[in-house]
Amino acid sequence: MFKILKQSIRTGIVTNSFPAVIGDPPDGFRGKPIIDYARCTACDKCAEACPTTAITVEAKAPAESNQKILSLNYGDCIFCGECEVACPEAIRLTEDFQLATTEKSELLSQACFKESKTGYFEFSEVVAQAPPAQQSAEEIGAALKEKIDKLFGRSLHIREVDAGSCNGCEVEITALSNPVYDIERFGIHFVASPRHADMLLVTGPVTRNMEIALRQTYEATPGPKIVVAVGACAIGGGIFGKSYASCGGVDTVVPVDVYIPGCPPRPEALLHGILLAIDRYPADRLSTEE
Amino acid sequence: MKQKYIQLLRTTWGNIFTEEITPVANELYLTLESGALSKLPEICSVLVKALKAHFVMLLANDERELHGKFFIYYVFSMTADNLFLILRVPVDAREREVPSITASLDSATWFEREVQDWFGIVPFPNIGKLAVHPDWPEDVYPMVKEFDLKRSVRRVKGSFDFKHVAGEGVFEIPVGPVHAGVIEPGHFRFSVAGEPIVNLDVQLFYAHKGTEKIAEGMNPHRAVFLAERISGDSSFSHAVAFCHAIERTQQIEIPQRALVIRTALLELERISNHIGDIGGVLLDVGFSIAASRAFYLKEKFMHLNEILTGSRLLRGMAAIGGVRRHIEDTLAKREAMQETLKDGQEAFEELVDLLMSSSTVLDRLESTGVLAHKDAYRLGIIGIAGRASGIDRDLRRDHPHCAYPYLKFHSVLCNEGDVFARVNVRIDEVRESFRLLEQLRRQHVDEPIKATLQSPAPDRCALGYFEGWRGEIVHWVMIGKDGNIFRWKITDPSFHNWRGLKLAVRHNIVPDFPVINKSFNLSYSGNDR
Repeated sequence: MFKILKQSIRTGIVTNSFPAVIGDPPDGFRGKPIIDYARCTACDKCAEACPTTAITVEAKAPAESNQKILSLNYGDCIFCGECEVACPEAIRLTEDFQLATTEKSELLSQACFKESKTGYFEFSEVVAQAPPAQQSAEEIGAALKEKIDKLFGRSLHIREVDAGSCNGCEVEITALSNPVYDIERFGIHFVASPRHADMLLVTGPVTRNMEIALRQTYEATPGPKIVVAVGACAIGGGIFGKSYASCGGVDTVVPVDVYIPGCPPRPEALLHGILLAIDRYPADRLSTEE
Repeated sequence: MKQKYIQLLRTTWGNIFTEEITPVANELYLTLESGALSKLPEICSVLVKALKAHFVMLLANDERELHGKFFIYYVFSMTADNLFLILRVPVDAREREVPSITASLDSATWFEREVQDWFGIVPFPNIGKLAVHPDWPEDVYPMVKEFDLKRSVRRVKGSFDFKHVAGEGVFEIPVGPVHAGVIEPGHFRFSVAGEPIVNLDVQLFYAHKGTEKIAEGMNPHRAVFLAERISGDSSFSHAVAFCHAIERTQQIEIPQRALVIRTALLELERISNHIGDIGGVLLDVGFSIAASRAFYLKEKFMHLNEILTGSRLLRGMAAIGGVRRHIEDTLAKREAMQETLKDGQEAFEELVDLLMSSSTVLDRLESTGVLAHKDAYRLGIIGIAGRASGIDRDLRRDHPHCAYPYLKFHSVLCNEGDVFARVNVRIDEVRESFRLLEQLRRQHVDEPIKATLQSPAPDRCALGYFEGWRGEIVHWVMIGKDGNIFRWKITDPSFHNWRGLKLAVRHNIVPDFPVINKSFNLSYSGNDR
């Protein structure tokens, strides 16, 4: 008993102050990749290096071979940095990791490249632009804190559903309950049954063998409910894609409200995504569901 | 060395083996004549019983386009000689039958069932489905070459075939595939008489993602990223095992510095997972304070991982020919490593002290979930679960590579086979890992971290292996004519050990299941792939 007390007192409080202060990832962290279009020639090297299909370079239309579309989908990205290695001139992996969004389309950046007289492709226009990373960690932290304070009357109950992930996302979701991230301080609890849940936190590409189970879990969750797709697999199949064994993403099976990119997302990226989901919880789901 | 085994086998059975040429020094491939197929069970039995071979795995390979046949590879490890003996057995493409070896080698059961479900090669006597669910049609085999990865397969009617226990007061408790905690999917069917568990049946493969199929035709460099995603908590070990296989097919010499980095990261992976598991066990017996301390400590090591490599799960580090990054190239990294190891070691000893001084905790752990040595041996249990039941096998010592041949460490062994033994193995392994890391930090070698690579030589195959934190991870890779992957077989230790868990929970009470399960902490994704 004394041993426990002694140890506890000496350790003190270890919980971080998220979201007021968001821990900056260390040097060398592989976060959101960005392409400097001015230095890009749509040469395809990055797309070839990409182990998933996060980066693609395709002709704009079969007839228009003089125009290429370069797409970068943060949802499919596994943040391996191979594109940066293939093209250090134009691609850089930033330290941004809070990439959660409510719209899948916001995960996509696209630019059009036109063939110039010299035979090289040059940047002509932005077709789609994923929202820029948050201004600064402190600003975002303060904004989120305010939202949570407003919503604090309500506690959120989460049922985690592993729809065939590699367990990487589970490792990080489990970490949310450790004393450093301590998700329960936000009134957020992981519950044992979908019947008790407000939110489903779904990981994995949804394997063929989990498809029915996921659908049943969704149906067993009382409305209003929100679904959060965690990780590249859950967003669009990730490195596993769509195959005989995998449906290729959670939204092919049940509707998804928030997407959290990452492979796996860091615990703070998960917190950000979950809090983003809470923010929209009362606003538009209450009126549309049931 | 190889000749010794060839002679031994030929004196008993005559000239029914052909040696295949391989550049890999410690792999001996012997192809069995088609006519001698019926001798297979006997050969396997003699290998294990008389020659003290350890059954590692078996795998099927659709080589019809190369040799007009399927082949099954039976992989045995000869620990005394650091040699892998691989029996290559031809299977007729039409009949698709092969004698079962499970009568003499129980540990091969699941492997044979997987081959049956994925290749349609029936080891007679026929046994039930394992790797596909009952709604999978009868005559569709995903791993044969003509099966298209992108094909969508219709669902048929079918129901799980659980072992039912009958008798007065016997009930069934179904659990999963969506579990109460944050864990992977699988279905448990308990038959209970009151509190004690009479039988446990497990239905897995909910997390089957077709990883081995996806990899076929893939460039090996790209497949490294797939290997990192076989089992999230063993990202680096699986990736290293895969790289090791490719490097062996190509005879790539890895720079010393890269080997040191690999070894350090593998030990860091072991430390963080072991500490997490100890925390999990403590949580499951209700000792929350100690559990929180363990999770805090694990978090510290996850954070260290991120500082050193940029990834909390050590992803994006493994590469064919070495590693992708230095880990201690800056002062900040060196200091973080130094500090975390020092503080971590102290905090870990305090944690162990807390655990050991609580009699109620010890009472829950001791004699709970016993897996007897003879059962562990029969089922081929490996890794931490095996070493807790007196199975003295550790690939780091028995088939060493990376920096292990130059390092001093001892392999931990317990004999009780209960939850406490599995916790104790982890505790001592963490201490060993700290010692290993200290030795590694003294190695100052100024060398590149990656070998220069040639374009891959085609038509080669080799094993890649590593003792991950959970147990031995063994991959077998065959490079095709185009230099891409022709076949990749992944064996996670969980595939061996699930059957051990089924046995260990018997006669225990239902409330002890979580802690027994946690003490094994098997991977679902690694098992299902």
